[in-house]
Amino acid sequence: MSNSIIRVEALHKSYVNGSNSLHVLKGIDMDIQRGEMVSIMGSSGSGKSTLLNILGILDNYDAGSYHLDDIHITKMNETKAAQYRNKYIGFVFQSFNLISFKNAMENVALPLYYQKVSRKKRNNVAMEYLERMGLREWAHHLPSELSGGQKQRIAIARALISKPKVILADEPTGALDSQTSMEVMEILKEVNQTGIAIIIVTHENDIANQTQRIIRLRDGVIESNHINHSFKLESVEVN
Amino acid sequence: MLSDTVYVLFNILKMFDYIEEILSTLKKNKLRAVMTGFSVAWGIFMLIILLGSGNGLQNGMEFNFRNIAKNAIQIWPGRTSENFEGLGKGRSVQFTNEDYDLMKRELSGIDDISGRLYLWSDVAITFEKQYANYTVTCVMPEFINIRLMDIVKGRFINHMDIKENRKVIVLSQTIVDMLFKETEPLGEYVKVGGIYFQVVGVLSNPTDKNSKDAILPLSTGQRVFNGANRLSNLALTTTSTTVEANKQIEEEIRGFLAKRHRFSTTDQEAIYVWNTLESFKQAQGVFAGIRMFVWVIGIMTIIAGIVGVSNIMIILVKERTKEIGIRKAIGATPWSVVLLVLSESLFITAVAGLVGMLFGMGILHIASTVLTNVAATNETIRFIFYNPSANFGVAISATVLLVVAGLLAGFIPARKAAGIKPIEALHDE
Repeated sequence: MSNSIIRVEALHKSYVNGSNSLHVLKGIDMDIQRGEMVSIMGSSGSGKSTLLNILGILDNYDAGSYHLDDIHITKMNETKAAQYRNKYIGFVFQSFNLISFKNAMENVALPLYYQKVSRKKRNNVAMEYLERMGLREWAHHLPSELSGGQKQRIAIARALISKPKVILADEPTGALDSQTSMEVMEILKEVNQTGIAIIIVTHENDIANQTQRIIRLRDGVIESNHINHSFKLESVEVN
Repeated sequence: MLSDTVYVLFNILKMFDYIEEILSTLKKNKLRAVMTGFSVAWGIFMLIILLGSGNGLQNGMEFNFRNIAKNAIQIWPGRTSENFEGLGKGRSVQFTNEDYDLMKRELSGIDDISGRLYLWSDVAITFEKQYANYTVTCVMPEFINIRLMDIVKGRFINHMDIKENRKVIVLSQTIVDMLFKETEPLGEYVKVGGIYFQVVGVLSNPTDKNSKDAILPLSTGQRVFNGANRLSNLALTTTSTTVEANKQIEEEIRGFLAKRHRFSTTDQEAIYVWNTLESFKQAQGVFAGIRMFVWVIGIMTIIAGIVGVSNIMIILVKERTKEIGIRKAIGATPWSVVLLVLSESLFITAVAGLVGMLFGMGILHIASTVLTNVAATNETIRFIFYNPSANFGVAISATVLLVVAGLLAGFIPARKAAGIKPIEALHDE
């Protein structure tokens, strides 16, 4: 068993739209270790969203290979993909993507519903995770009654509840002010400390600088992939 | 054993869990759910009401046949309307005991047969100081198997009565009530046209409580009232239960009587034949037609409901695209999404349909109760419309229809929902 949680080799992806074919990913090679915290940067159109969708098994790729926890992810049916997503991956989105008519606890508990955990048990587990996020007293509030930061913390709790190997965060701080952004990043770092790999797609340097490694994409290829030294520095400072 | 119980309990809990999941989304749109359900409820309501009404009409019709065996054939004499073998038309046909004897002996397919003699002239029936005029009928013992009557007390005419020309009489309950008041009628003597007859039985007619029948043994009647060997008409039951066989027997009888009384078999006025089974089957055919018509209308109405539900569900799926996308991203399989939509539509149609069904059944029950009360004072209603119930079979069919309707209504939207791509749904702001 290798130490990489995500291993991508020569990944290609094109979108065919009528007679036009748009080659979005042009051979991506990437290896993310267990427990690593990595950011993927790039301007819009660089292919970072497409890459994230493929990593999240929300989309197929055309050529190359993708191993998630040493499992070769190939073209698979939706049922299988859904099961892998549920088991291995937690999603955190820019727009939170909470279900508006379910309260905080029910939103957090939802992944367990798809694991066929009983209502009582999954609500109990959800309360534990809300506790960890400091949102216990907000458990019975609807998303519309919560602030952006609270919503994102609920989304993170939801991503964590199924004990995933990787968290994929798509611009997790994009809709938040800088103060709240920092709080959310602190939580993500804490999560990372527990051994869960985190991949953050962002275009903010402030955010990227708080990760161990920064991968820059440009026009569908990796432009740079280097260890973020300021992260170490910061860690030292914290310690 | 214990683990089985636990397993069952667990599954029931899971079902509650599942229903709660559906309810939580329905609660969000109460008005819409109710409005959608209404069309289905209305459809089922109409179906039940129509089917119940059909039943009511049929019950009324069948009530008309309750006082006669289903395979009875009755023959009345008429006048010939065609010249035949040198005999002019316009001759009256007169049945006699000979017809009865020969038919009984020579024709196959006859089960019970009885001649019937009406004493047309005013025959007064007198008991002590009470008297009244009634039509007195003289019959054979088999008559009660042809015209079905309930024996309230005592017995019907029997073969000993016929053989010994006994002077006995069987009376309707109505006549008994009128003549005897408080007196016990059995064993008492009434005067019929000046001659004493002993009352041996009391009858009631199942379709007509007010019918006034006074029945004598045929042989006695013919002898006492100068009937000689004449018969007013013939009544019989056949040994078969199919219309075809009955028709066949009817033709044989017609041929037999035509030969004996010398009229053409094509002469429709020489004798009149009332074939009960044929009429009964015809009436039943009409009602089968009505029932089919009702089902068609009902199903059409429900289809309108299905389309309505389907429409709403499609809109619902569209509105919930993002939610479904989220669900899929966090691990909902396509099948679970299909189930989500399907069970929601099933839930709406089932609940709404059940409400419609109960309403329909309730109305029918009320109507039935009202009709029973009306029938207590006015018998005629029973012949037209009675007990408009939707029976268990109808309820079951309606339930099956509901489930199918719910599944159909959810099918297209569910497929749409399952096809939602999470990436696109999540970007659908």
